[in-house]
Amino acid sequence: MNKEYYGKLIYELSRAGRRGASLPDNGTPDATASIPAGLLRTEAPRLPEVDEPTVVRHYTNMSANNFGVDTGFYPLGSCTMKYNPKINEEIAAHHAFADLHPMQPASTVQGALEAYWTLQNALAEIGGMSEFTLNPFAGAHGELTGLMVIRAYHQARGDHRRTKVIVPDSAHGTNPASAAVAGLKVVEVKSLPDGTVDIEALRPLLDDTVAAMMMTNPNTAGIFEHGVKEICDMVHAAGGLMYYDGANLNPMLGMARPGDMGFDVMHINLHKTFSTPHGGGGPGSGPVGVRKGLEQFLPDPRVRREADGSFTVTRDNGDALGSISATLGNYGVQLRALAYIMSLGRDGLKMAGPLATLNANYIKESLRDLYLLPLDRVCKHEFVFDGLRDKSTGVTTLDVAKRLLDFGFHAPTIYFPLLFHESLMIEPTETESPETLDAFIDTMRAIAREAAENPEVVKSAPHTTPISRPDDTAAALNPVVTYDDLIAAQA
Amino acid sequence: MIHHYFPHTADDIQRMLGRCGMKELDELYADVPADLRLKGDYDLPAGRSEKEIRDFFNDLGSRNRQLTCFAGAGFYHHYTPSVIPYILSRSEFLTAYTPYQPEISQGTLQYIFEYQSMMSRLTGMEVSNASMYDGATATAEAMMMAVSASRKRDRVLIASTVNPSVRRVVATYARYHGVRLDEIAEADGVSQRDDLEAKLAEGDVAGVIVAAPNYYGILEDYAGWADACHRAKALFIVNCIPADLALMKTPGEWGADIACGDAQSLGMPLHYGGPYLGFLCASKSLIRKMPGRMVGATTDADGHRTFVLTLQAREQHIRRDKATSNICSNQGLMALHTVVYLSLLGSDGLREAAMQGLNGAHYLASRLEATGMMRMSFPGKPFINEFAMDTDFEVDDLERLCIENEILCGVKIAPKRILIAVTEMQTREDMDRLVETVKKLKS
Repeated sequence: MNKEYYGKLIYELSRAGRRGASLPDNGTPDATASIPAGLLRTEAPRLPEVDEPTVVRHYTNMSANNFGVDTGFYPLGSCTMKYNPKINEEIAAHHAFADLHPMQPASTVQGALEAYWTLQNALAEIGGMSEFTLNPFAGAHGELTGLMVIRAYHQARGDHRRTKVIVPDSAHGTNPASAAVAGLKVVEVKSLPDGTVDIEALRPLLDDTVAAMMMTNPNTAGIFEHGVKEICDMVHAAGGLMYYDGANLNPMLGMARPGDMGFDVMHINLHKTFSTPHGGGGPGSGPVGVRKGLEQFLPDPRVRREADGSFTVTRDNGDALGSISATLGNYGVQLRALAYIMSLGRDGLKMAGPLATLNANYIKESLRDLYLLPLDRVCKHEFVFDGLRDKSTGVTTLDVAKRLLDFGFHAPTIYFPLLFHESLMIEPTETESPETLDAFIDTMRAIAREAAENPEVVKSAPHTTPISRPDDTAAALNPVVTYDDLIAAQA
Repeated sequence: MIHHYFPHTADDIQRMLGRCGMKELDELYADVPADLRLKGDYDLPAGRSEKEIRDFFNDLGSRNRQLTCFAGAGFYHHYTPSVIPYILSRSEFLTAYTPYQPEISQGTLQYIFEYQSMMSRLTGMEVSNASMYDGATATAEAMMMAVSASRKRDRVLIASTVNPSVRRVVATYARYHGVRLDEIAEADGVSQRDDLEAKLAEGDVAGVIVAAPNYYGILEDYAGWADACHRAKALFIVNCIPADLALMKTPGEWGADIACGDAQSLGMPLHYGGPYLGFLCASKSLIRKMPGRMVGATTDADGHRTFVLTLQAREQHIRRDKATSNICSNQGLMALHTVVYLSLLGSDGLREAAMQGLNGAHYLASRLEATGMMRMSFPGKPFINEFAMDTDFEVDDLERLCIENEILCGVKIAPKRILIAVTEMQTREDMDRLVETVKKLKS
């Protein structure tokens, strides 16, 4: 990463008359006159005018102010920032897949459909589910789809009273937000001091209005919900379904399957567990799986294998759910995930979970004397510190996070989960070497020492990044969200 | 031997377990009840070498047909300049996540700011969010935004001339979100103003969704529609195709409150359905009702102009079930695609690409009509690069014959009606080849 701040906008490089691309000319006659003047735009869109070399240099310089997994350690809790294999990129870009139109007849895309079908089955095996749809575009979209499946199931039984979704207080914000979009009411259930769901607090919430309970397991504190089986039994007895938020599936690879725990519906974040790049925020992919008996509630379109071995795309689920996407989803992302699963195979997948868990516990055990460990037990792929152990220095979790940037590390997730005031949530993933972990541990220890001896240097961090701390409050008070806003603000 | 994505040697594992007071990896899972543990292996193949993976996908790829594409229906085969995959493959962009730490994420934040700026100007709107999943979900979000902005109303009208694959998704969201979705009737391929006015007069409409161009490729005239909506206190929402905006009247010029749609037409590879990018732009007065991420300019402690995620109080990680949407990410890398594409083409290039489609489509339509076997479904209606035709023959028969000739002739929308699209990717010879194939059906 370049420590010099680049900071220019492409508009500031624009000069009238320049152009960065060439296009073919099909030599057909000008048909502009066929469009009535009232349907044409009157002002040009004022896009930048830039030559090709300038475009390439601009975005290259911009990228140098960015930090990715390929740059360095990225222990962002609950985001599973593992290595993104390069062969996957090559396969996703293959023209034999990249040039296919989504409405192309199934007979002309048999290879593409076989890839979809193969991934769908691999995920069903890994999740312990009966069938998956790969259509949802991201984890939150998967949650929404899963909740729609659950509502469709209840409605198909003529049970219209079930409008409540139970969500633990440790859940990701997307859980309650997805429930609200799906038209369901959210009821929060408290966690015990050990970070797991309070079963006694859950009991009185279970009645005939419960549509589902959503759980992340291991939960956002990295703790395996050992009571999961009992919780599933209780919710099932009340007539509700269990939803597994797959955000934290990674440590379960090779060790346990949501279907075997008693979950009915789940999603998987391919960009977490199955190594597809996060792309600065997307595209992701959030396939949804269901147990046997719920398959008919999955959204259209669906891929099926016919008796003769050929593949078809069907859109026949009628009113069961409908569609949550126009196409079969972020297909390019799906190809990457399939390549990853094929590379690891059953043996490699079996190691991924335990090594992710080993890396997390190794960091936890190496720092617990200096950072406050509110949940003192074996964690899974991630764990949470409640800030520095020594609270007298005034150094906050935000300060520690910013100081880490000075040493070439991305910060952990901060101030989440909401269970603790100074949450510092660390997820190393299985693709980090012990040497990297040791360097991170040494830095975290050095920061703790600085906090005691020279707290100002931590509180004013970062010092070596392209920019220093930005003013978030000013940004929100007076939103400047386009270049036109910027020009207006300068005038 | 350990897989090459994992750095751990057997010695590493033992040393690290020792720090945790353990001897075996299994002890890390002692808290997982034995009856929940996976017994044995997954029923999956053993791991394969990189060469074997490449061979596997080459084989699958060989079972897909590469066709000259006249199919559109919302997804268009445009040229992708080579600069784009090159920039997108820069791992500082590709392997980053949401820019939570602005000090080391200015690259992502800056291109999102550029994206918001370009999409606002292209659509003629004041603000844009950082992008959504795709055009259909962006339209569903626009519907929910209209309902939320109205506070008390729960009814939204959608033109029946909006792409049915978008309408299906919007209808699903509506059903679960408790929105009453009604259609605006069409006649001769265009939405009926009378029907709009009659439904608005009922006084309960929160928003109205129309398409420009519509599903049949027709440019409908929405003069007066925004005023009609505003008089009835409803938001006017225009779903549009960005590649066409170099030429056609923008949602902003129609007086729209929200513009939405899919930006796939900006040179994104078809990729059998994704990843694409949904965009959502709006009037500034609606900024705090917008779903999804947004980037704003500010200054850092040293006075540099910098960029940050802003207005996060709308979002799920703060507001949970009261958030404007459940969306957590955006379509980051595809937003980068969009800004690089628009920077390379500029206003003139975008216009030139749109002109190729416009001219080509009119040439092809007239050649196909001249066969005497096909007629325009909606004669006299203006279109840019896509049009519907009625056929004397079964579209399935043409499709079969065309595939034999390496052509994807279009998208069947009825047994004897087809949608055909032209972009800068098809040559005049390609178009003539399609016409010749149609003629072969005579015999």
